[in-house]
Amino acid sequence: MKQYLQSSSFAAVVIALTIMTAAFKTVQADQFSGYVGVQTRNFFQDPISPEQHNNYLSAVAEPEYFHAWDDATQNLEIKLFYRKDQYDDQRTHGDIRELAWTGVYDSWEVRAGISKVFWGVAETQHLVDIVNQTDLVENIDGEDKLGQPMLRASTEHDWGTLNFFILPGFRERTFPGAEGRPRTDVIIDTDRDAIYDSSSGKEHVDLAARYSHYIGEWEFGLSVFSGTGRDPTDFVPVAVSASGETVVVPVYSLINQLGFDGQAFFGDWTWKLEAASIEVRSGNKKGINSFKSVVGFEYTLVGLAETNMDLGFVVEYHYSDQRITTTVFDNDLATALRFVFNDAQSSEILAGIFTDADTQTIGSFIEASRRLGESWTLEAQVRTFHGTKEDRPLFSYRFDDFAQIDLNYHF
Amino acid sequence: MIHSRLKDAFVISTLLLTTTLTPVLVKAETAEEKGLAIAVEADKRDSGFTDFTSSMVMELRNKQGDVSTRTIRLKTLEVKGDGDKSMSIFDEPADVKGTAFLTYSHALIPDEQWLYLPALKRVKRINSKNKSGPFMGSEFAYEDLASQEVAKYTYKYIRDEKLNDVDCFVVERYPAYEHSGYTRQLAWVNKDRYVAEKIEFYDRKNDLLKTLINSDYKQYLEQYWRPSEMLMENHQTGKSTLLRWENYVFKTGLSDDDFSRNSLQRAR
Repeated sequence: MKQYLQSSSFAAVVIALTIMTAAFKTVQADQFSGYVGVQTRNFFQDPISPEQHNNYLSAVAEPEYFHAWDDATQNLEIKLFYRKDQYDDQRTHGDIRELAWTGVYDSWEVRAGISKVFWGVAETQHLVDIVNQTDLVENIDGEDKLGQPMLRASTEHDWGTLNFFILPGFRERTFPGAEGRPRTDVIIDTDRDAIYDSSSGKEHVDLAARYSHYIGEWEFGLSVFSGTGRDPTDFVPVAVSASGETVVVPVYSLINQLGFDGQAFFGDWTWKLEAASIEVRSGNKKGINSFKSVVGFEYTLVGLAETNMDLGFVVEYHYSDQRITTTVFDNDLATALRFVFNDAQSSEILAGIFTDADTQTIGSFIEASRRLGESWTLEAQVRTFHGTKEDRPLFSYRFDDFAQIDLNYHF
Repeated sequence: MIHSRLKDAFVISTLLLTTTLTPVLVKAETAEEKGLAIAVEADKRDSGFTDFTSSMVMELRNKQGDVSTRTIRLKTLEVKGDGDKSMSIFDEPADVKGTAFLTYSHALIPDEQWLYLPALKRVKRINSKNKSGPFMGSEFAYEDLASQEVAKYTYKYIRDEKLNDVDCFVVERYPAYEHSGYTRQLAWVNKDRYVAEKIEFYDRKNDLLKTLINSDYKQYLEQYWRPSEMLMENHQTGKSTLLRWENYVFKTGLSDDDFSRNSLQRAR
């Protein structure tokens, strides 16, 4: 019955979106788009917790509305997100990804509302990208982000691009619920209040700025951030669950972060560097300075073996001194192959491994995607974890190897 | 990248223009000089357009006849003394809607190119040295659609020939660009309009790879000729791509600010 209700509510979402699409398409100069989809996640081994499951089904919708006026010097962008998960009540979540107005005044662009920005150059970890909080329940790769309230002013000149941000309204990271998977051994409870160890608490208004520029084949960015760090600086036990698991809440602290990202092109080689220096300004870890970096390259063979296919080699080394928290990327090498088929279906495969130099822990991933017909996309991914050590973050995922399939309809 | 001047087979940098004002009819010129002179004249006739916008429908056909469609809008800004700036924005297929390319093209150094990925809100600089790969799975390579600066080739006039009752120069051009996927291209240039009616592309082994037919040329502002259709057929795979061009508007008042990385993010 529960499953039936879920599939009927999914059908209702699809019908509602179809009607909205038809309604919006009659209005000139408005653009209505987005996607709806279903996802399966299948775990190869039985879970650690009796509350978890082996097979998960979920449905997702991300409708988007865009309207530009005044000779396209002003626009409104709205993007809503909702996922319904079969079991995990935390992964069942909605978010306003975008609800922002943008205005252009000569060389200045002003953006106000809920939005998203991306900083950085690396492929396997985004170190300096701090404006938006990670929507971790979506995927453990950290690529999905929550909408962030912001006032942004940007100006672009011959000498580079400057961006200034005022960021009110801190977003807490999402974490899987007790029934969710993959998740940590301890349950990170986001229904309880998180701990903010500064006096301004959750209400702190964060500030950020970024300068970026390119000179020929060199491109770089310098960024500063002052406010509530997006990564929890600690987790505090608050309870024990019905199944005997520890329940914790995240601690968020005020930090200053200085970031650098740069890349350079030499022939078919692209060299990349991201580095961040973080100073904790509140709580138990006040005064701690921490450094992390990722350095690597991407080399592309265009037209592999006289086909249309490109083969890219991605190599990135991750370092963190771990002075604030233990992280997965402390002394790890990520190596990956990217196959781009350059066909009408835009087929791509990215496959690789993360290897920890100290513990020989290996995390592997395969991500494949292609278009089906004109409006559908199919994505498949497999993630596995090998040789995880008890004191390392990935130990929680030791039984959580899984395959995921996403089928989306785009409109 | 996608660039409407691709219809003109030959475009020339202003730099060369000032040094090679060789009239086409001067006697005793070599085949190379005549080939270059034709390219110079073609470029001269197409310069001064300032800017334009257009849209295109791209139809990809495989050997079995299955069709896959993309729709793309384009903006181009003429840059004096350098390659043009251009932006192309995808409307279809729906999963790549809002994806956009920004290209600053150059004659002698590699282009600068950025890709905007709307789902990630990421502006990604692309390593654009190797342009021999296909554009969006089509039979057009990036280099076929790039700004055709004259310095990217050397030229040789071959013969005069009628093509579908149109008097043409047949001119061969050899890519100077070391990363090109071609050894040579053979172009049929309309003697009256100085635009390419047909181009044959020869691969690195010097085998015939593709043929491009430009058809239904229309003239804009009583000067600039643009084809309504471009058909690229790949002889080695049996696949083809048809570009249908629409909504050409010249001198729309675009400026450098319309080709910034900020404008790339709000292009759609």
